[in-house]
Amino acid sequence: MTAALALGDDALVLSHRLGEWAGHAPVLEEEVALANIALDLLGQARTLLSLAGDEDELAFLREERSFRNVQLVEQPNGDFAHTIARQLFFSVYQHLLYERLAAGTGEFTDLAAKAVKEVAYHRDHAEQWVLRLGDGTAESHERMRRGLDALWRYTGELFEPVEGVDIDWRALEGDWLSAVTSVVGRATLALPTGPRAGAWTAGAGRQGLHTEPFGRMLAEMQHLHRSHPGASW
Amino acid sequence: MVAVTAGRTAQGAAGMTEAAAQTEEAAFDAAVAADERIEPRDWMPEAYRATLVRQMAQHAHSEIIGMQPEANWITRAPSLRRKAILMAKVQDEAGHGLYLYSAAETLGTSRDELLDKLHAGRQRYSSIFNYPTLTWADVGAIGWLVDGAAITNQVPLCRCSYGPYARAMVRICKEESFHQRQGFELLLALSRGTPAQHEMAQDAVNRWWWPSLMMFGPPDDASAHSAQSMAWKIKRHSNDELRRRFVDICVPQAQALGLTLPDPDIRWNEERGQHDYGEIDWTEFQEVLKGNGPCNDQRLAQRREAHEEGAWVRQAAAAYADKHRAQGESPSQGPGRARPSDGSDTAATPPDHPGTAAPSAGSEPSAGPSPSTGPEVTAQSMEATT
Amino acid sequence: MSSSTDWPLWEVFVRSRRGLSHTHAGSLHAPDAEMALRNARDLYTRRSEGVSVWVVPSTAVTASSPDEKDSFFEPAGDKPYRHPTFYEIPEGVKHL
Repeated sequence: MTAALALGDDALVLSHRLGEWAGHAPVLEEEVALANIALDLLGQARTLLSLAGDEDELAFLREERSFRNVQLVEQPNGDFAHTIARQLFFSVYQHLLYERLAAGTGEFTDLAAKAVKEVAYHRDHAEQWVLRLGDGTAESHERMRRGLDALWRYTGELFEPVEGVDIDWRALEGDWLSAVTSVVGRATLALPTGPRAGAWTAGAGRQGLHTEPFGRMLAEMQHLHRSHPGASW
Repeated sequence: MVAVTAGRTAQGAAGMTEAAAQTEEAAFDAAVAADERIEPRDWMPEAYRATLVRQMAQHAHSEIIGMQPEANWITRAPSLRRKAILMAKVQDEAGHGLYLYSAAETLGTSRDELLDKLHAGRQRYSSIFNYPTLTWADVGAIGWLVDGAAITNQVPLCRCSYGPYARAMVRICKEESFHQRQGFELLLALSRGTPAQHEMAQDAVNRWWWPSLMMFGPPDDASAHSAQSMAWKIKRHSNDELRRRFVDICVPQAQALGLTLPDPDIRWNEERGQHDYGEIDWTEFQEVLKGNGPCNDQRLAQRREAHEEGAWVRQAAAAYADKHRAQGESPSQGPGRARPSDGSDTAATPPDHPGTAAPSAGSEPSAGPSPSTGPEVTAQSMEATT
Repeated sequence: MSSSTDWPLWEVFVRSRRGLSHTHAGSLHAPDAEMALRNARDLYTRRSEGVSVWVVPSTAVTASSPDEKDSFFEPAGDKPYRHPTFYEIPEGVKHL
């Protein structure tokens, strides 16, 4: 079940990262918003992982090299602009992907039909913030630019075909690029110019190669579960 | 901003004749006596207003500081189900903080003012959150004991004489019913689990039991604000009354959990029809209150840091709104620009804030005790949490 | 210190289900209407409490003053003929 793992791990890992914001958000209203998104993603992850096996075994007992998420979602939160850049890149991708899955007839149709509504909201949330940070103050503009720049190299990987997901990945990438370009432009920013694909850009998350921060994230996430083998919670 | 400067009170306090003031006061007293609600724009004694602002602020602060000890375990929750529950619970606390700050704003004190006071250490939050969450079982103990104590405190607040506060509490109590249950369920799973899990649960209960009892505040004979708050029906039961009620609730629940409460003196008192319990260590309570608890500095530091590091985000959004308002356009496309199509029923319930009468900003009569002044705990009903 | 960044206050009205009016649910802070609407959705409908949300700047609401309570609302109190229960109808008469 490569596809369920890939999509499930994306949701699980991003949910975890967003969960790290709890108690640290820039304003109380945003605590509630980020938690909503994290909870949506966690729900998706549980459904997807359950298609592939036992959700807790998969989440807590796999080693780093067995996770199939893209490297984008495991990137640390950084400042709020960095998190929003990650949200923009991922939620636009996920929205376009789930729209296609919901319209299809594959095994993910039902799940995607439900999730696409959630994800549309995540995308809207990210876009609203990109506009405000990009076109806000000089400081927020600069921070937003840095966030987009830093994460740009992780976006090529999003469009590597996932085995078992039968869609036109090139077309998905084209739609993603034009959507992201439009939002970033309206936010008075420009898309980064660095490479998105090729030798040292990101791109092997789906094959189980991750970045250094991911190992530490898993260590924290899994340690309690692993400390009590066989226990139920 | 709330129209706090539309100062009816400014007129009221300065310009009103003595006779008119007496009539207003009589109307207020009559409303409280008849169990009617006082609403934001009604006349109210300054001390009543000050007590409410202080209590609602402290309650709101408790909700948002209370996010920290539990959020401490979100990233380590041992199952995905528990992780979802915990995230939803911590999110609720942020929401409850929001409801309560809104209620406080009906009296003309802005959330930013209240947050500034919290960050400056001039307003308090519930001392219970100055204890650390050391193991996963602490998440359960907080749900069962801390939320349990909070609910015991909060349910009577749903009938508090101040309308916006009572309404916020109704919503909070409704939403919170899951908090205590999930804590109990979490502890039950541990208690019935492996010996190590059972021990973890017992250890957490041992550490959280006494601080939970302290949440009801000092004994009645030492509670500074209780009597007046009861007369105003801000508070409905005394600290000791609620504490005893809580002990009675917990004793059988602990048995059901298969855990013991760390108090050898708990026993049924046939005569009173209630449980007796041991002596509470009020020195510890006062030390924590003074700022000498294990986590006082840490909690406040994290709160300040989040606020300060969020400043540029709040500024950016405000700047964006200004720019686009100046350009006379809708700031961005979104699903919600449409005018309500059936505006006929807009005024279903009038909001509490508009035109709120209030002392002008900054003149809050009592800023609350400074952290060094010791155990001047306001009516403990505000010690509610999560 | 933070006064320049204070976000305005908004009143939130939620329609709990189709066929009912929007009723006042509470308030929140947001920099502009778009964000207010989204914050309202996140805060006041996360337990499926609503199917539609309005947000209104708090400053845009004009409220009656408690000082005028008597002149505003008491005159309606002595006009019971506006209510159907004012009228006596012989027993057995239907559809009235």
